[in-house]
Amino acid sequence: MSAMLEVRGIARAFGGVKALNGVDLTVERGSITGLIGPNGSGKTTLFNVITGYVTPDSGTVSFEGVDITRSKPNQVFALGIGRTFQLTRIFGRLSVLENMLVATQRKESWLRGLTRGMSSSDELESAMEWLKFVGLDGKSHLEAGALSYGQRKLLELAYVLVANPDVIMLDEPAGGVNLTLINEIGEKIQALNEQGKTFLVVEHNMEFVMKICHTVTVMHQGTDLTSGPPAQVRSNPAVLDAYLGGGDDDEEEVVA
Amino acid sequence: MSTTSTSIFSRPANWIWALCGVLALTFPFYETDPAYQQIGVYTLIFVACATSWNMFSGYSGYVNLGAAVSYGTGAYTLSIIAVHTHPNNLPGSASEFWLIPLAGLAAMVVAVPIGLIALRVRRHTFVVITIAIFFTFQLIAINASFTGGTGGLSLPYIPWAASYFDVPFYYLALAMSIFAIILSALVRRSRFGLQLLAIRDDEDRAMGLGVEVGKVKLTGYVMSAFTIGMAGGLFALLQGQIYPQFVFDPLFDISIALMCFFGGFGTLVGPVLGAAVLESSQQYLTVQYSNGSLYLILFGGLFLFVILFMPQGIVVFIRQKAKQRSDQQIAAAAAAGSNA
Repeated sequence: MSAMLEVRGIARAFGGVKALNGVDLTVERGSITGLIGPNGSGKTTLFNVITGYVTPDSGTVSFEGVDITRSKPNQVFALGIGRTFQLTRIFGRLSVLENMLVATQRKESWLRGLTRGMSSSDELESAMEWLKFVGLDGKSHLEAGALSYGQRKLLELAYVLVANPDVIMLDEPAGGVNLTLINEIGEKIQALNEQGKTFLVVEHNMEFVMKICHTVTVMHQGTDLTSGPPAQVRSNPAVLDAYLGGGDDDEEEVVA
Repeated sequence: MSTTSTSIFSRPANWIWALCGVLALTFPFYETDPAYQQIGVYTLIFVACATSWNMFSGYSGYVNLGAAVSYGTGAYTLSIIAVHTHPNNLPGSASEFWLIPLAGLAAMVVAVPIGLIALRVRRHTFVVITIAIFFTFQLIAINASFTGGTGGLSLPYIPWAASYFDVPFYYLALAMSIFAIILSALVRRSRFGLQLLAIRDDEDRAMGLGVEVGKVKLTGYVMSAFTIGMAGGLFALLQGQIYPQFVFDPLFDISIALMCFFGGFGTLVGPVLGAAVLESSQQYLTVQYSNGSLYLILFGGLFLFVILFMPQGIVVFIRQKAKQRSDQQIAAAAAAGSNA
Protein backbone atom coordinates (compact mmCIF):
# COMPACT_ATOMS: atom_id res chain seq x y z
CA MET A 1 0.00 0.00 0.00
CA SER A 2 1.14 3.57 -0.67
CA ALA A 3 0.47 6.70 1.34
CA MET A 4 -2.53 8.61 0.06
CA LEU A 5 -2.84 11.27 2.71
CA GLU A 6 0.14 12.48 4.69
CA VAL A 7 0.14 14.87 7.63
CA ARG A 8 3.51 16.09 8.86
CA GLY A 9 4.21 18.18 11.94
CA ILE A 10 0.85 19.94 12.05
CA ALA A 11 0.53 22.45 14.88
CA ARG A 12 -2.41 24.70 15.69
CA ALA A 13 -3.06 26.80 18.75
CA PHE A 14 -6.27 28.56 19.75
CA GLY A 15 -5.16 31.37 22.01
CA GLY A 16 -2.95 29.73 24.61
CA VAL A 17 -4.28 26.22 23.99
CA LYS A 18 -2.19 24.04 21.70
CA ALA A 19 -4.87 21.89 20.07
CA LEU A 20 -2.35 20.26 17.76
CA ASN A 21 1.32 20.09 18.55
CA GLY A 22 3.28 18.47 15.74
CA VAL A 23 0.98 15.69 14.58
CA ASP A 24 2.08 13.12 12.01
CA LEU A 25 -0.43 10.85 10.31
CA THR A 26 -0.34 8.61 7.28
CA VAL A 27 -3.39 7.16 5.58
CA GLU A 28 -2.55 4.31 3.24
CA ARG A 29 -4.45 3.80 0.01
CA GLY A 30 -7.30 1.33 0.40
CA SER A 31 -7.08 1.27 4.19
CA ILE A 32 -9.46 2.03 7.02
CA THR A 33 -7.44 4.11 9.41
CA GLY A 34 -8.78 4.83 12.87
CA LEU A 35 -7.98 7.99 14.78
CA ILE A 36 -8.64 7.66 18.48
CA GLY A 37 -7.85 9.56 21.62
CA PRO A 38 -9.46 11.12 24.66
CA ASN A 39 -11.78 14.11 24.34
CA GLY A 40 -9.77 17.24 23.60
CA SER A 41 -6.84 15.35 22.13
CA GLY A 42 -7.19 17.22 18.82
CA LYS A 43 -8.84 14.66 16.54
CA THR A 44 -11.56 16.92 15.17
CA THR A 45 -9.14 19.85 14.87
CA LEU A 46 -6.91 17.61 12.79
CA PHE A 47 -9.91 16.74 10.62
CA ASN A 48 -10.62 20.44 10.22
CA VAL A 49 -7.02 21.13 9.24
CA ILE A 50 -6.97 18.34 6.65
CA THR A 51 -10.25 19.47 5.09
CA GLY A 52 -9.35 23.16 5.00
CA TYR A 53 -11.71 24.44 7.69
CA VAL A 54 -8.81 25.40 9.96
CA THR A 55 -5.46 26.75 8.77
CA PRO A 56 -2.52 25.25 10.68
CA ASP A 57 0.20 27.37 12.27
CA SER A 58 2.86 25.03 10.90
CA GLY A 59 3.26 21.67 9.22
CA THR A 60 2.04 20.23 5.94
CA VAL A 61 -0.84 18.16 4.62
CA SER A 62 -0.41 16.41 1.30
CA PHE A 63 -2.85 14.35 -0.69
CA GLU A 64 -1.57 12.15 -3.51
CA GLY A 65 1.69 14.07 -3.32
CA VAL A 66 -0.01 17.48 -3.71
CA ASP A 67 0.39 20.01 -0.90
CA ILE A 68 -3.12 20.95 0.30
CA THR A 69 -2.09 22.61 3.56
CA ARG A 70 -3.83 25.92 2.93
CA SER A 71 -6.48 24.79 0.47
CA LYS A 72 -10.10 25.80 1.03
CA PRO A 73 -12.71 23.17 1.93
CA ASN A 74 -14.25 23.22 -1.56
CA GLN A 75 -10.81 22.72 -3.12
CA VAL A 76 -10.02 19.81 -0.78
CA PHE A 77 -13.38 18.26 -1.64
CA ALA A 78 -12.80 18.73 -5.36
CA LEU A 79 -9.46 16.93 -5.05
CA GLY A 80 -11.24 13.90 -3.59
CA ILE A 81 -11.48 14.16 0.19
CA GLY A 82 -15.00 14.04 1.62
CA ARG A 83 -15.91 14.24 5.29
CA THR A 84 -18.72 14.00 7.76
CA PHE A 85 -19.04 15.98 10.98
CA GLN A 86 -19.17 14.94 14.63
CA LEU A 87 -22.53 16.70 14.94
CA THR A 88 -24.29 15.89 11.69
CA ARG A 89 -24.57 18.81 9.32
CA ILE A 90 -27.25 18.40 6.74
CA PHE A 91 -29.27 20.97 4.82
CA GLY A 92 -32.37 20.80 6.97
CA ARG A 93 -34.79 22.74 4.75
CA LEU A 94 -33.81 20.92 1.56
CA SER A 95 -35.27 17.55 0.68
CA VAL A 96 -33.20 14.43 1.27
CA LEU A 97 -32.65 14.15 -2.49
CA GLU A 98 -31.62 17.80 -2.82
CA ASN A 99 -29.09 17.22 -0.03
CA MET A 100 -27.56 14.52 -2.19
CA LEU A 101 -27.53 16.71 -5.28
CA VAL A 102 -25.57 19.49 -3.56
CA ALA A 103 -22.59 17.15 -3.38
CA THR A 104 -22.73 15.82 -6.93
CA GLN A 105 -20.86 18.70 -8.54
CA ARG A 106 -17.47 17.83 -7.09
CA LYS A 107 -15.38 18.91 -10.06
CA GLU A 108 -17.75 21.42 -11.61
CA SER A 109 -17.12 25.17 -11.79
CA TRP A 110 -19.60 27.56 -10.16
CA LEU A 111 -20.28 29.11 -13.58
CA ARG A 112 -21.62 25.80 -14.89
CA GLY A 113 -24.18 25.81 -12.09
CA LEU A 114 -25.81 28.86 -13.66
CA THR A 115 -26.44 27.22 -16.97
CA ARG A 116 -27.62 23.78 -15.96
CA GLY A 117 -30.53 22.24 -14.14
CA MET A 118 -30.40 21.03 -10.59
CA SER A 119 -29.42 17.53 -11.66
CA SER A 120 -28.79 15.32 -14.65
CA SER A 121 -30.47 11.94 -14.97
CA ASP A 122 -27.14 10.24 -14.15
CA GLU A 123 -26.77 12.31 -11.00
CA LEU A 124 -30.33 11.55 -9.96
CA GLU A 125 -29.77 7.86 -10.53
CA SER A 126 -26.53 7.89 -8.59
CA ALA A 127 -28.12 9.88 -5.73
CA MET A 128 -30.97 7.39 -5.50
CA GLU A 129 -28.56 4.45 -5.57
CA TRP A 130 -26.60 5.81 -2.61
CA LEU A 131 -29.80 6.63 -0.77
CA LYS A 132 -30.83 3.04 -1.31
CA PHE A 133 -27.42 1.92 -0.03
CA VAL A 134 -28.06 3.67 3.28
CA GLY A 135 -31.74 2.76 3.31
CA LEU A 136 -33.14 6.25 2.80
CA ASP A 137 -34.47 5.90 -0.76
CA GLY A 138 -38.04 5.84 0.55
CA LYS A 139 -37.53 9.23 2.19
CA SER A 140 -35.96 11.07 -0.74
CA HIS A 141 -38.69 13.72 -0.93
CA LEU A 142 -38.92 14.33 2.80
CA GLU A 143 -37.48 17.52 4.25
CA ALA A 144 -34.09 16.47 5.62
CA GLY A 145 -34.76 18.29 8.89
CA ALA A 146 -37.51 15.76 9.61
CA LEU A 147 -35.06 12.82 9.73
CA SER A 148 -34.03 11.20 13.00
CA TYR A 149 -30.46 11.59 14.27
CA GLY A 150 -29.41 8.19 13.01
CA GLN A 151 -30.96 8.83 9.61
CA ARG A 152 -29.12 12.14 9.42
CA LYS A 153 -25.86 10.29 10.04
CA LEU A 154 -26.69 7.98 7.15
CA LEU A 155 -27.71 10.86 4.90
CA GLU A 156 -24.45 12.65 5.63
CA LEU A 157 -22.54 9.49 4.75
CA ALA A 158 -24.58 9.08 1.57
CA TYR A 159 -24.07 12.60 0.29
CA VAL A 160 -20.35 12.34 0.84
CA LEU A 161 -20.33 9.05 -1.05
CA VAL A 162 -22.34 10.34 -4.00
CA ALA A 163 -19.45 12.66 -4.85
CA ASN A 164 -17.24 9.60 -5.23
CA PRO A 165 -14.33 10.87 -3.11
CA ASP A 166 -11.08 8.91 -2.89
CA VAL A 167 -10.71 9.39 0.87
CA ILE A 168 -13.71 9.47 3.18
CA MET A 169 -13.21 11.01 6.60
CA LEU A 170 -15.85 10.10 9.16
CA ASP A 171 -16.02 11.99 12.44
CA GLU A 172 -17.65 9.73 15.00
CA PRO A 173 -19.93 7.80 12.64
CA ALA A 174 -21.17 5.65 15.53
CA GLY A 175 -21.67 8.51 17.97
CA GLY A 176 -25.20 8.76 19.37
CA VAL A 177 -26.67 5.96 17.27
CA ASN A 178 -28.10 2.64 18.40
CA LEU A 179 -26.20 -0.64 18.35
CA THR A 180 -28.00 -2.02 15.30
CA LEU A 181 -27.22 1.10 13.30
CA ILE A 182 -23.59 1.07 14.50
CA ASN A 183 -23.19 -2.43 13.10
CA GLU A 184 -24.94 -1.39 9.91
CA ILE A 185 -22.63 1.61 9.46
CA GLY A 186 -19.60 -0.57 10.16
CA GLU A 187 -20.71 -3.10 7.56
CA LYS A 188 -21.26 -0.37 4.99
CA ILE A 189 -17.80 1.07 5.62
CA GLN A 190 -16.24 -2.37 5.19
CA ALA A 191 -18.24 -3.04 2.04
CA LEU A 192 -17.10 0.27 0.52
CA ASN A 193 -13.53 -0.39 1.57
CA GLU A 194 -13.65 -3.70 -0.26
CA GLN A 195 -14.66 -1.71 -3.33
CA GLY A 196 -11.47 0.34 -2.96
CA LYS A 197 -12.49 3.32 -0.84
CA THR A 198 -10.03 4.67 1.71
CA PHE A 199 -11.34 5.73 5.13
CA LEU A 200 -10.07 7.81 8.01
CA VAL A 201 -12.37 7.35 10.99
CA VAL A 202 -12.50 9.22 14.29
CA GLU A 203 -14.41 7.19 16.82
CA HIS A 204 -14.72 6.69 20.57
CA ASN A 205 -16.37 3.29 20.29
CA MET A 206 -13.32 1.05 20.62
CA GLU A 207 -15.18 -2.10 19.64
CA PHE A 208 -16.20 -0.43 16.40
CA VAL A 209 -12.67 0.82 15.73
CA MET A 210 -10.98 -2.47 16.54
CA LYS A 211 -13.45 -4.33 14.35
CA ILE A 212 -13.19 -2.31 11.16
CA CYS A 213 -9.81 -0.51 11.16
CA HIS A 214 -6.59 -1.80 9.62
CA THR A 215 -4.43 0.81 11.30
CA VAL A 216 -5.07 2.95 14.36
CA THR A 217 -3.37 6.19 15.32
CA VAL A 218 -3.75 7.35 18.90
CA MET A 219 -3.73 11.05 19.68
CA HIS A 220 -3.03 12.54 23.07
CA GLN A 221 -2.73 16.21 24.01
CA GLY A 222 -2.38 17.35 20.40
CA THR A 223 0.25 14.83 19.34
CA ASP A 224 0.21 11.36 17.84
CA LEU A 225 1.15 8.91 20.53
CA THR A 226 1.49 5.79 18.44
CA SER A 227 0.27 4.09 15.27
CA GLY A 228 -0.10 0.49 14.29
CA PRO A 229 -2.47 -2.43 13.87
CA PRO A 230 -5.43 -2.39 16.30
CA ALA A 231 -4.21 -5.31 18.38
CA GLN A 232 -0.78 -3.77 18.83
CA VAL A 233 -2.20 -0.36 19.74
CA ARG A 234 -4.65 -1.89 22.13
CA SER A 235 -1.92 -3.56 24.15
CA ASN A 236 0.41 -0.57 24.15
CA PRO A 237 0.90 0.50 27.81
CA ALA A 238 1.38 4.14 26.80
CA VAL A 239 -2.01 4.09 25.05
CA LEU A 240 -3.72 2.51 28.02
CA ASP A 241 -2.12 5.05 30.27
CA ALA A 242 -3.06 8.03 28.09
CA TYR A 243 -6.44 6.90 26.91
CA LEU A 244 -7.79 5.28 30.03
CA GLY A 245 -5.86 7.15 32.66
CA GLY A 246 -3.40 4.35 33.41
CA GLY A 247 -3.44 0.79 34.61
CA ASP A 248 -3.81 -2.61 33.05
CA ASP A 249 -7.55 -2.71 33.53
CA ASP A 250 -9.97 -5.25 32.29
CA GLU A 251 -10.42 -5.18 28.52
CA GLU A 252 -14.11 -4.45 28.96
CA GLU A 253 -13.18 -0.96 30.06
CA VAL A 254 -11.54 -0.31 26.73
CA VAL A 255 -14.99 -0.20 25.20
CA ALA A 256 -15.82 3.41 25.88
CA MET B 1 -51.02 18.12 -26.99
CA SER B 2 -53.80 17.05 -24.73
CA THR B 3 -51.34 15.36 -22.38
CA THR B 4 -49.32 18.57 -22.07
CA SER B 5 -52.42 20.67 -21.45
CA THR B 6 -53.58 18.27 -18.79
CA SER B 7 -50.25 18.31 -16.99
CA ILE B 8 -49.95 22.10 -17.04
CA PHE B 9 -53.43 22.82 -15.76
CA SER B 10 -53.81 19.87 -13.46
CA ARG B 11 -52.36 21.91 -10.59
CA PRO B 12 -54.54 24.62 -9.04
CA ALA B 13 -51.48 26.87 -8.67
CA ASN B 14 -51.09 27.02 -12.45
CA TRP B 15 -54.68 28.13 -12.84
CA ILE B 16 -54.04 30.90 -10.34
CA TRP B 17 -50.92 31.96 -12.24
CA ALA B 18 -52.89 31.96 -15.51
CA LEU B 19 -55.73 33.97 -13.99
CA CYS B 20 -53.32 36.51 -12.50
CA GLY B 21 -51.57 36.75 -15.88
CA VAL B 22 -54.82 37.48 -17.72
CA LEU B 23 -55.91 40.03 -15.11
CA ALA B 24 -52.53 41.74 -15.21
CA LEU B 25 -52.39 41.83 -19.01
CA THR B 26 -55.87 43.33 -19.38
CA PHE B 27 -55.74 45.68 -16.37
CA PRO B 28 -55.33 48.96 -18.35
CA PHE B 29 -58.39 48.02 -20.45
CA TYR B 30 -60.83 47.49 -17.59
CA GLU B 31 -59.30 50.16 -15.34
CA THR B 32 -58.95 53.36 -17.33
CA ASP B 33 -58.61 55.81 -14.46
CA PRO B 34 -54.97 57.06 -14.62
CA ALA B 35 -54.78 57.23 -10.80
CA TYR B 36 -55.53 53.52 -10.51
CA GLN B 37 -53.38 52.66 -13.51
CA GLN B 38 -50.50 54.28 -11.66
CA ILE B 39 -51.25 52.10 -8.65
CA GLY B 40 -50.81 49.18 -11.04
CA VAL B 41 -47.43 50.51 -12.17
CA TYR B 42 -46.13 50.99 -8.62
CA THR B 43 -47.40 47.58 -7.59
CA LEU B 44 -45.63 45.88 -10.49
CA ILE B 45 -42.42 47.80 -9.79
CA PHE B 46 -42.52 46.35 -6.27
CA VAL B 47 -43.41 42.88 -7.56
CA ALA B 48 -40.28 43.00 -9.73
CA CYS B 49 -38.09 44.37 -6.93
CA ALA B 50 -39.36 42.02 -4.22
CA THR B 51 -39.04 38.97 -6.49
CA SER B 52 -35.54 39.96 -7.50
CA TRP B 53 -34.54 40.73 -3.91
CA ASN B 54 -35.90 37.37 -2.79
CA MET B 55 -33.94 35.61 -5.54
CA PHE B 56 -30.79 36.41 -3.59
CA SER B 57 -31.82 37.16 -0.01
CA GLY B 58 -34.65 34.63 0.21
CA TYR B 59 -32.70 31.79 -1.36
CA SER B 60 -29.35 32.43 0.35
CA GLY B 61 -30.64 33.76 3.68
CA TYR B 62 -28.48 36.91 3.36
CA VAL B 63 -30.99 39.66 4.19
CA ASN B 64 -29.88 42.64 2.12
CA LEU B 65 -31.24 45.89 3.56
CA GLY B 66 -29.30 47.96 1.05
CA ALA B 67 -31.22 47.05 -2.09
CA ALA B 68 -32.14 50.71 -2.49
CA VAL B 69 -28.52 51.23 -3.58
CA SER B 70 -29.36 49.28 -6.75
CA TYR B 71 -32.69 51.08 -7.12
CA GLY B 72 -31.12 54.52 -6.69
CA THR B 73 -28.15 53.69 -8.91
CA GLY B 74 -30.53 52.64 -11.68
CA ALA B 75 -32.64 55.76 -11.24
CA TYR B 76 -29.67 58.13 -11.24
CA THR B 77 -27.89 56.38 -14.12
CA LEU B 78 -30.92 56.73 -16.35
CA SER B 79 -31.64 60.28 -15.18
CA ILE B 80 -28.10 61.57 -15.63
CA ILE B 81 -27.85 60.13 -19.15
CA ALA B 82 -31.30 61.42 -20.08
CA VAL B 83 -30.51 64.91 -18.76
CA HIS B 84 -27.21 65.04 -20.65
CA THR B 85 -28.73 63.87 -23.90
CA HIS B 86 -31.43 66.56 -23.62
CA PRO B 87 -29.36 69.57 -22.53
CA ASN B 88 -32.10 72.17 -23.03
CA ASN B 89 -34.81 70.03 -21.42
CA LEU B 90 -36.21 69.23 -24.82
CA PRO B 91 -39.12 66.84 -24.79
CA GLY B 92 -38.13 63.28 -24.27
CA SER B 93 -39.49 60.33 -26.15
CA ALA B 94 -39.83 56.60 -26.00
CA SER B 95 -36.10 56.39 -26.72
CA GLU B 96 -35.45 56.97 -23.00
CA PHE B 97 -36.95 53.57 -22.32
CA TRP B 98 -33.94 51.98 -23.98
CA LEU B 99 -31.86 53.31 -21.12
CA ILE B 100 -33.65 51.04 -18.66
CA PRO B 101 -31.43 47.97 -19.27
CA LEU B 102 -28.44 50.27 -18.91
CA ALA B 103 -29.78 51.31 -15.50
CA GLY B 104 -29.89 47.63 -14.56
CA LEU B 105 -26.34 47.07 -15.80
CA ALA B 106 -25.08 50.07 -13.82
CA ALA B 107 -26.70 48.65 -10.69
CA MET B 108 -24.94 45.34 -11.37
CA VAL B 109 -21.56 47.03 -11.79
CA VAL B 110 -22.01 48.93 -8.52
CA ALA B 111 -23.12 45.72 -6.79
CA VAL B 112 -19.81 43.97 -7.53
CA PRO B 113 -17.54 45.93 -5.14
CA ILE B 114 -20.35 46.19 -2.56
CA GLY B 115 -20.86 42.44 -2.70
CA LEU B 116 -17.14 41.78 -2.43
CA ILE B 117 -17.08 43.78 0.81
CA ALA B 118 -20.44 42.97 2.40
CA LEU B 119 -20.48 39.24 1.60
CA ARG B 120 -17.32 38.66 3.61
CA VAL B 121 -19.53 38.71 6.70
CA ARG B 122 -22.70 36.81 7.56
CA ARG B 123 -26.10 37.17 9.14
CA HIS B 124 -26.65 40.24 11.34
CA THR B 125 -23.30 41.74 10.45
CA PHE B 126 -24.16 41.48 6.76
CA VAL B 127 -27.47 43.26 7.38
CA VAL B 128 -25.71 46.08 9.24
CA ILE B 129 -23.04 46.44 6.55
CA THR B 130 -25.67 46.70 3.80
CA ILE B 131 -27.50 49.41 5.76
CA ALA B 132 -24.23 51.31 6.24
CA ILE B 133 -23.42 51.10 2.53
CA PHE B 134 -26.92 52.27 1.70
CA PHE B 135 -26.51 55.42 3.83
CA THR B 136 -23.14 56.09 2.21
CA PHE B 137 -24.81 56.11 -1.20
CA GLN B 138 -27.63 58.29 0.05
CA LEU B 139 -25.10 60.80 1.37
CA ILE B 140 -23.27 60.81 -1.95
CA ALA B 141 -26.56 61.45 -3.79
CA ILE B 142 -27.40 64.31 -1.43
CA ASN B 143 -24.00 65.99 -1.64
CA ALA B 144 -22.53 65.26 -5.08
CA SER B 145 -22.93 67.79 -7.87
CA PHE B 146 -23.53 65.24 -10.64
CA THR B 147 -26.66 64.02 -8.87
CA GLY B 148 -28.11 67.50 -8.51
CA GLY B 149 -27.83 67.26 -4.72
CA THR B 150 -30.99 67.78 -2.69
CA GLY B 151 -32.54 69.58 -5.66
CA GLY B 152 -32.58 66.29 -7.55
CA LEU B 153 -32.73 65.92 -11.31
CA SER B 154 -35.54 66.80 -13.70
CA LEU B 155 -35.85 64.41 -16.58
CA PRO B 156 -36.98 65.46 -20.05
CA TYR B 157 -40.76 65.35 -19.99
CA ILE B 158 -42.48 62.82 -22.14
CA PRO B 159 -45.19 64.53 -24.24
CA TRP B 160 -47.94 61.94 -23.94
CA ALA B 161 -51.56 62.56 -23.12
CA ALA B 162 -52.47 62.03 -19.48
CA SER B 163 -55.17 59.53 -20.41
CA TYR B 164 -52.70 56.91 -21.62
CA PHE B 165 -49.45 58.18 -20.06
CA ASP B 166 -49.22 55.33 -17.57
CA VAL B 167 -50.06 52.52 -19.97
CA PRO B 168 -46.57 52.05 -21.49
CA PHE B 169 -45.10 52.25 -17.98
CA TYR B 170 -47.58 49.66 -16.83
CA TYR B 171 -46.60 47.16 -19.53
CA LEU B 172 -42.90 47.79 -18.99
CA ALA B 173 -43.31 47.17 -15.26
CA LEU B 174 -45.31 44.04 -16.08
CA ALA B 175 -42.57 42.82 -18.44
CA MET B 176 -40.02 43.51 -15.72
CA SER B 177 -42.08 41.56 -13.18
CA ILE B 178 -42.48 38.60 -15.53
CA PHE B 179 -38.75 38.70 -16.24
CA ALA B 180 -37.99 38.72 -12.48
CA ILE B 181 -40.41 35.83 -11.80
CA ILE B 182 -39.06 33.71 -14.66
CA LEU B 183 -35.46 34.41 -13.64
CA SER B 184 -36.23 33.57 -10.03
CA ALA B 185 -37.94 30.32 -11.09
CA LEU B 186 -35.01 29.37 -13.33
CA VAL B 187 -32.55 30.07 -10.55
CA ARG B 188 -34.62 27.98 -8.13
CA ARG B 189 -34.50 25.05 -10.52
CA SER B 190 -30.81 25.38 -11.38
CA ARG B 191 -27.76 23.95 -9.69
CA PHE B 192 -26.83 27.53 -8.83
CA GLY B 193 -30.13 27.96 -6.99
CA LEU B 194 -29.56 24.72 -5.10
CA GLN B 195 -26.18 26.05 -4.04
CA LEU B 196 -27.79 29.28 -2.77
CA LEU B 197 -30.28 27.23 -0.75
CA ALA B 198 -27.48 25.07 0.63
CA ILE B 199 -25.66 28.25 1.68
CA ARG B 200 -28.83 29.38 3.48
CA ASP B 201 -28.99 26.14 5.47
CA ASP B 202 -25.29 25.69 6.28
CA GLU B 203 -22.69 27.74 4.43
CA ASP B 204 -19.65 25.96 5.86
CA ARG B 205 -21.08 22.56 5.04
CA ALA B 206 -21.87 23.69 1.51
CA MET B 207 -18.26 24.79 1.12
CA GLY B 208 -17.12 21.35 2.28
CA LEU B 209 -19.23 19.79 -0.46
CA GLY B 210 -17.53 21.75 -3.20
CA VAL B 211 -19.74 24.84 -3.41
CA GLU B 212 -17.66 27.92 -4.23
CA VAL B 213 -19.65 29.97 -1.78
CA GLY B 214 -17.94 33.32 -2.38
CA LYS B 215 -18.55 33.27 -6.12
CA VAL B 216 -22.06 31.88 -5.81
CA LYS B 217 -23.11 34.54 -3.29
CA LEU B 218 -21.59 37.37 -5.31
CA THR B 219 -23.26 36.16 -8.50
CA GLY B 220 -26.64 35.98 -6.78
CA TYR B 221 -26.19 39.42 -5.25
CA VAL B 222 -25.20 41.01 -8.56
CA MET B 223 -27.98 39.25 -10.51
CA SER B 224 -30.52 40.49 -8.00
CA ALA B 225 -29.30 44.08 -8.52
CA PHE B 226 -30.14 44.01 -12.25
CA THR B 227 -33.93 44.02 -12.09
CA ILE B 228 -33.97 46.35 -9.08
CA GLY B 229 -31.75 48.78 -11.01
CA MET B 230 -34.07 48.61 -14.03
CA ALA B 231 -37.05 49.24 -11.77
CA GLY B 232 -35.27 52.31 -10.40
CA GLY B 233 -34.76 53.56 -13.95
CA LEU B 234 -38.42 53.03 -14.78
CA PHE B 235 -39.45 54.81 -11.59
CA ALA B 236 -37.30 57.82 -12.55
CA LEU B 237 -38.92 58.00 -16.00
CA LEU B 238 -42.39 57.70 -14.49
CA GLN B 239 -41.79 60.41 -11.91
CA GLY B 240 -39.98 62.78 -14.28
CA GLN B 241 -38.01 64.10 -11.34
CA ILE B 242 -35.90 62.28 -8.77
CA TYR B 243 -34.63 63.26 -5.35
CA PRO B 244 -32.09 61.38 -3.19
CA GLN B 245 -34.57 60.72 -0.40
CA PHE B 246 -37.05 59.05 -2.77
CA VAL B 247 -34.74 56.71 -4.68
CA PHE B 248 -32.28 56.08 -1.85
CA ASP B 249 -35.13 55.53 0.56
CA PRO B 250 -34.66 53.27 3.62
CA LEU B 251 -38.40 52.55 3.54
CA PHE B 252 -37.88 50.94 0.12
CA ASP B 253 -35.61 48.31 1.68
CA ILE B 254 -37.92 47.71 4.61
CA SER B 255 -40.94 47.51 2.28
CA ILE B 256 -39.54 44.85 -0.04
CA ALA B 257 -38.19 42.82 2.88
CA LEU B 258 -41.60 42.95 4.58
CA MET B 259 -43.37 42.05 1.34
CA CYS B 260 -41.23 38.92 1.06
CA PHE B 261 -41.65 37.94 4.72
CA PHE B 262 -45.39 38.62 4.46
CA GLY B 263 -45.88 36.49 1.35
CA GLY B 264 -43.28 33.81 2.08
CA PHE B 265 -39.53 34.42 2.39
CA GLY B 266 -37.52 32.23 0.03
CA THR B 267 -40.53 31.08 -1.99
CA LEU B 268 -41.23 32.00 -5.60
CA VAL B 269 -44.82 33.15 -5.12
CA GLY B 270 -44.43 34.82 -1.72
CA PRO B 271 -42.79 38.07 -2.88
CA VAL B 272 -45.30 38.41 -5.74
CA LEU B 273 -48.20 38.00 -3.34
CA GLY B 274 -46.65 40.22 -0.68
CA ALA B 275 -45.89 43.05 -3.12
CA ALA B 276 -49.25 42.77 -4.87
CA VAL B 277 -51.22 42.94 -1.61
CA LEU B 278 -49.17 45.45 0.34
CA GLU B 279 -48.16 47.93 -2.34
CA SER B 280 -51.54 48.05 -4.07
CA SER B 281 -53.43 48.45 -0.78
CA GLN B 282 -51.04 51.14 0.40
CA GLN B 283 -51.44 53.09 -2.82
CA TYR B 284 -55.18 52.51 -2.89
CA LEU B 285 -55.69 53.75 0.67
CA THR B 286 -53.56 56.81 -0.06
CA VAL B 287 -55.54 57.65 -3.22
CA GLN B 288 -58.96 56.76 -1.83
CA TYR B 289 -58.74 58.48 1.54
CA SER B 290 -56.09 61.12 0.78
CA ASN B 291 -54.34 59.99 3.90
CA GLY B 292 -50.72 58.97 3.47
CA SER B 293 -50.46 57.37 6.90
CA LEU B 294 -53.68 55.36 7.16
CA TYR B 295 -52.05 52.31 5.62
CA LEU B 296 -49.49 52.21 8.44
CA ILE B 297 -52.22 51.49 11.01
CA LEU B 298 -53.78 48.78 8.86
CA PHE B 299 -50.42 47.26 8.00
CA GLY B 300 -49.50 47.19 11.68
CA GLY B 301 -52.55 45.04 12.40
CA LEU B 302 -51.99 42.88 9.33
CA PHE B 303 -48.36 42.18 10.20
CA LEU B 304 -49.25 41.38 13.77
CA PHE B 305 -51.74 38.83 12.49
CA VAL B 306 -49.27 37.28 10.04
CA ILE B 307 -46.43 37.14 12.56
CA LEU B 308 -48.66 35.54 15.19
CA PHE B 309 -50.44 33.01 13.00
CA MET B 310 -48.28 32.59 9.87
CA PRO B 311 -44.70 33.33 10.96
CA GLN B 312 -43.23 31.87 7.77
CA GLY B 313 -45.52 33.89 5.50
CA ILE B 314 -48.82 33.25 3.80
CA VAL B 315 -47.57 30.95 1.04
CA VAL B 316 -45.69 28.64 3.43
CA PHE B 317 -48.71 28.62 5.76
CA ILE B 318 -51.05 27.58 2.93
CA ARG B 319 -48.62 24.88 1.77
CA GLN B 320 -48.29 23.48 5.27
CA LYS B 321 -52.06 23.38 5.72
CA ALA B 322 -52.51 21.70 2.33
CA LYS B 323 -49.86 19.11 3.21
CA GLN B 324 -51.45 18.44 6.61
CA ARG B 325 -54.78 17.92 4.92
CA SER B 326 -53.32 15.60 2.32
CA ASP B 327 -51.45 13.61 5.02
CA GLN B 328 -54.67 13.29 7.01
CA GLN B 329 -56.52 12.05 3.92
CA ILE B 330 -53.79 9.49 3.22
CA ALA B 331 -53.84 8.34 6.86
CA ALA B 332 -57.66 8.10 6.81
CA ALA B 333 -57.59 6.11 3.56
CA ALA B 334 -54.94 3.76 5.02
CA ALA B 335 -57.00 3.29 8.19
CA ALA B 336 -60.13 2.58 6.15
CA GLY B 337 -58.19 0.06 4.06
CA SER B 338 -56.85 -1.77 7.12
CA ASN B 339 -60.33 -1.89 8.72
CA ALA B 340 -61.76 -3.36 5.55
